[in-house]
Amino acid sequence: MMYWLSVLIFLPLSGALLIVLAWHNNVVMARRAALLFSAAELLIALGLWWFANPGSDGYMYIVRASWIPSMGIQFLLGMDGLSLLLVLLTALLIPIAILVSWHSIKLHWPVFAALLLATEAGIMGVFLALDLILFYVFWELMLVPMYFLIGIWGHERRLYAAYKFFLFTLTGSLLMLVSILGLYFIHGEQTGTYTFDYFALLHTDLPDNTGMWLMLGFFAAFAVKIPVFPVHSWLPDAHTEAPTAGSIILAGLLLKTGAYGLLRFCLPLFPEDSLEFAPFAMALGVVGILYGAFLALVQEDLKRLIAYSSISHLGFVVLGIYAWNQESLHGAMILILAHGITTSAMFAIVGMLEERSHTRLLSRMGGLLLPMPRLGTMLLLFTLSAMGMPGLANFVGEFLVLAGVYQISASFAIAGAMGIVAGAIYLLWMYQRAMLGEVNESPAWRDLDLRELSVLAILTILVLWLGLYPAPFLDYLQNPTDTIIELNTVVITGTEDASH
Amino acid sequence: MNQLLWLIPGAPILSALIIVLLGGFLRYRHIAVLASCAAAAAFLTVLLAWLNGAANAQPLQQTVYTWVAVGDWRPTVGLMLDRISLVMVSVVSGVGLLIHLYSIAFMAKDNDYRRYYFFLNLFLGGMLLLVLADNLLLLYLGWELVGLCSFALIGFWYRDPVRASAGRKAFITTRIGDLSLALGIFLLFSQFNTLSLPVLFDAISEQWQPNSQLAAITAFMIFAGAVGKSAQIPLQVWLPDAMAGPSPVSALIHAATMVTAGVYLIARMHPLFELTPLVQWTVAAIGAVTILYGASSALAQNDLKRVLAYSTISQIGYMFLALGCGAYAFALFHLVTHAFFKSLLFLTAGAIIQANNHEHDIHRLGSHGGHSLLMHGCFLVGAASLAGIPVITAGFYSKEAILTTVWPASTGQLLWVIAALGTLVTSIYIFRTYFLLFQNSQKAVSISPVNRMMVWPLFILALLSITAGFVEFPAGWPGPQLWSTWLENEFGTATHPPLATVYVLQLIASLLPLLGAGIAFLLVRREKTGYRLPLSDFLRDGWKFDATYKIVLVGGYFRLAHFFKLIESLLIDAMLHKMTRGYKVFATYCRTGFEYGVLNRGLNGLLSGLRFGHAQLSTAQNGLLNRYALMICAGAVFLLGYWLW
Repeated sequence: MMYWLSVLIFLPLSGALLIVLAWHNNVVMARRAALLFSAAELLIALGLWWFANPGSDGYMYIVRASWIPSMGIQFLLGMDGLSLLLVLLTALLIPIAILVSWHSIKLHWPVFAALLLATEAGIMGVFLALDLILFYVFWELMLVPMYFLIGIWGHERRLYAAYKFFLFTLTGSLLMLVSILGLYFIHGEQTGTYTFDYFALLHTDLPDNTGMWLMLGFFAAFAVKIPVFPVHSWLPDAHTEAPTAGSIILAGLLLKTGAYGLLRFCLPLFPEDSLEFAPFAMALGVVGILYGAFLALVQEDLKRLIAYSSISHLGFVVLGIYAWNQESLHGAMILILAHGITTSAMFAIVGMLEERSHTRLLSRMGGLLLPMPRLGTMLLLFTLSAMGMPGLANFVGEFLVLAGVYQISASFAIAGAMGIVAGAIYLLWMYQRAMLGEVNESPAWRDLDLRELSVLAILTILVLWLGLYPAPFLDYLQNPTDTIIELNTVVITGTEDASH
Repeated sequence: MNQLLWLIPGAPILSALIIVLLGGFLRYRHIAVLASCAAAAAFLTVLLAWLNGAANAQPLQQTVYTWVAVGDWRPTVGLMLDRISLVMVSVVSGVGLLIHLYSIAFMAKDNDYRRYYFFLNLFLGGMLLLVLADNLLLLYLGWELVGLCSFALIGFWYRDPVRASAGRKAFITTRIGDLSLALGIFLLFSQFNTLSLPVLFDAISEQWQPNSQLAAITAFMIFAGAVGKSAQIPLQVWLPDAMAGPSPVSALIHAATMVTAGVYLIARMHPLFELTPLVQWTVAAIGAVTILYGASSALAQNDLKRVLAYSTISQIGYMFLALGCGAYAFALFHLVTHAFFKSLLFLTAGAIIQANNHEHDIHRLGSHGGHSLLMHGCFLVGAASLAGIPVITAGFYSKEAILTTVWPASTGQLLWVIAALGTLVTSIYIFRTYFLLFQNSQKAVSISPVNRMMVWPLFILALLSITAGFVEFPAGWPGPQLWSTWLENEFGTATHPPLATVYVLQLIASLLPLLGAGIAFLLVRREKTGYRLPLSDFLRDGWKFDATYKIVLVGGYFRLAHFFKLIESLLIDAMLHKMTRGYKVFATYCRTGFEYGVLNRGLNGLLSGLRFGHAQLSTAQNGLLNRYALMICAGAVFLLGYWLW
């Protein structure tokens, strides 16, 4: 049973190799093979989900093999409820990204497919790795193919965007590497065993200031990825310039690795410092929510608009994570999934529009509901989900986050809730400009074909499922949440003991 | 019966689902019939509940499934049918059914019928869910769902940008109210860790003292949510624009049901409101101001549907006034009668407008339009009921009940005067409209007779607009008072002043509508000769609320967004560029200064030194034998000397 986790990582990698070696001149076969590999990956992920028991304590699957024993580096993978759901999301979105690119990618399909699969392997690794060096390797691994995806298949300013994306994330992750090494040496000095094992490092006793600095190193890497307010500037460019599949992976998965990192590493490894830092992080989250919402209102480029809305939504996630209680953590995790699905669908729709009209500018759209009722209806559904309409995916997450935050601080909750109104303002304005009114220009608009419709139909079902019956997903989140909350209570009681 | 409860909201929602998934295969007739059958199914289930004695028994309850599960907090999709809900579901499903039937003929010529019936059914389902919800989370779902359907149906003819914007405006304005409601829900949740209504009410009455600050804040937040949905001042601006939608939609959503959701919400949360007299008084005061606002604005409108829209705002003001004075039962009473006569008025107006080539202006409708006798009669009944013509109309009974209970409330005399003034103005504006429309207008000869499917709903509503009031006779009258006794268990009894005062007040309040009709007659006669009301521009624009909001709020918001965009491009991006440029300058410096200046030059120096040495040395290799011999000798001497020494 256990080796399936390694399969999750190596299957797409070998798929990528195979495609490049065997079908580097055959577009048709490359496409099919890519879809097949990603579908197989999805099946494995679904199988793991099927056999996983939500009630089981801690990690459902663990793989441990030694890798570089002299330095204490292991090949350590583990899957708990949180990883499980994110693995599922990854396995789902990659085939979607492949299907969306089916006709829109004109150049070098085999290489494109190989890079997509390589990215998938990297992301899977990030969500599964429990050895800090292994995690770091995957963290950088997913960056490289992404750089090429943006840089080769992107739009006009692709090189600039790819470069910016790479520099930002690299700077962040180097800080994280420093922190990882720092933690490694401190732990080694204290206990005598030098290891990067996540479980061993969990209970490292850190001197006062050092812990804060190490925590900030991790936070910097994750904050860039999420992205948190002042370091968000790479995101609009990267999202806008990337090809549709790239945008889907960026918004649907790469941003989530940042949030996942906070939940998996930042809070558990440094509970005290994180708690101390929480008010600042929540403030950054709130600023992100409102700032993203304001900027989304005045964008002309549809993709850029959705990119800024991602900043706004991820602000809720940060807010929820650092509010650090039952409701808010559940909410943040559900919102991660919901945003992944909703935003991917919106990017896919924008990609479809662009294929038809070769523009993403809102000023050149208008009245599109008339020639394309199906596309318009789908866009309305996902727009509503992004607005936090109850019964659709995002609402459950946003509601839980705000309900949780309210117990910590009413003012943060009020500011966050204003983000929902602001969301309605920019999203409805976007929808009206794109879909309502009279048709401005008429290239031969045609409605969704079967491939496009089925892609969106899958996402629609998921949005409704998450919105109307999230219990199957929430069940898996109970244990990870409990673990994180325990840390919080331990910190609080611990400090109380110290003061007595 | 408990097991069938889900059918009430479920039937319309299922039908909406079928329409959206399979509607492509169905023709107009099928979709219309399916949608109407779903509405009928909901209505029949409600009837069944009545027949099974839901009116007298314990509340019915059904839990469909657990919606969200977080820790030990498990909000469900749970339905609860007590007397308050029973009133609401009866009105919503009944009027909803009639309007579905009416729409069959009304929308027959529209190509987008599939979208229309989808949203109409979804709306009905959402509204029924809202009034049946047994917890606040589900209530909020219904609350937002009806807002969505309202948005989609106001902007139904979306190709006209004005209509599309009207839908958006309605959604965003109500969302501002919803924000406050959501915060109220969060506050309740953080205090009691539950959102189930019965549990909440027990906890509120146990844990919160009267006049406690938390109770006041919570009540105020929930009230603000109700203000948005029910179009009260200051969030009323969306309702007049909402008339851009089809008339049956205006009748169902913007007169009978959705806009009264706020009234339902406050009535539902009355244990909370009773703890805070201050908030209660605010409710009453907002209601009173809105009565005057709506009535006076309706006075100056020229668009038939806008008259009715402002009238709706004003009538809901009466309901808020009643809620604020603790007369919850009478607020619901007026809600019911208003649902009948206002949807009658809207449906009649819709038929008139459709029969006259979509002409909305009441002056032109009167001078050029033709109206059938049926329309004339229906409009007269609706107008009389709205004005509250004594004894014979339902509107009289419900309004009288409210006025009587207002008097003993705090600052009740003032509120009563305002409300009575509102009655007078109401009568003036609706009879002004009536006279302008029908006085001297031609009989409809050229116009095709109204479809029979449209006639029946009008008849039924007209009948109800007359008779619905007889369930509750005013205080001190010989006659049944079924309504207030039936709702006594839920709300308690409302107080009224001593009977002598009551009779005087009733006499004044009954004369006002008649007086108003007289004034309207004179006003119309003068208006036809070109007379205009003082302040008519100000009133027609709804006291200039819209223009002010547009400049201050909308303009300010956009300006703020542009400001942030500027910051983004100036500060954040520019800083990056500066950093990059600085980096580049540094790199160039390294290249020119260090690499060229130091390394290259040094290297070059070294190289040229070597080259010099090489050149010097190579001159030595000149092939002259004597020079070689000299060198060898010199070397030998040198070595020898070194070795010896």
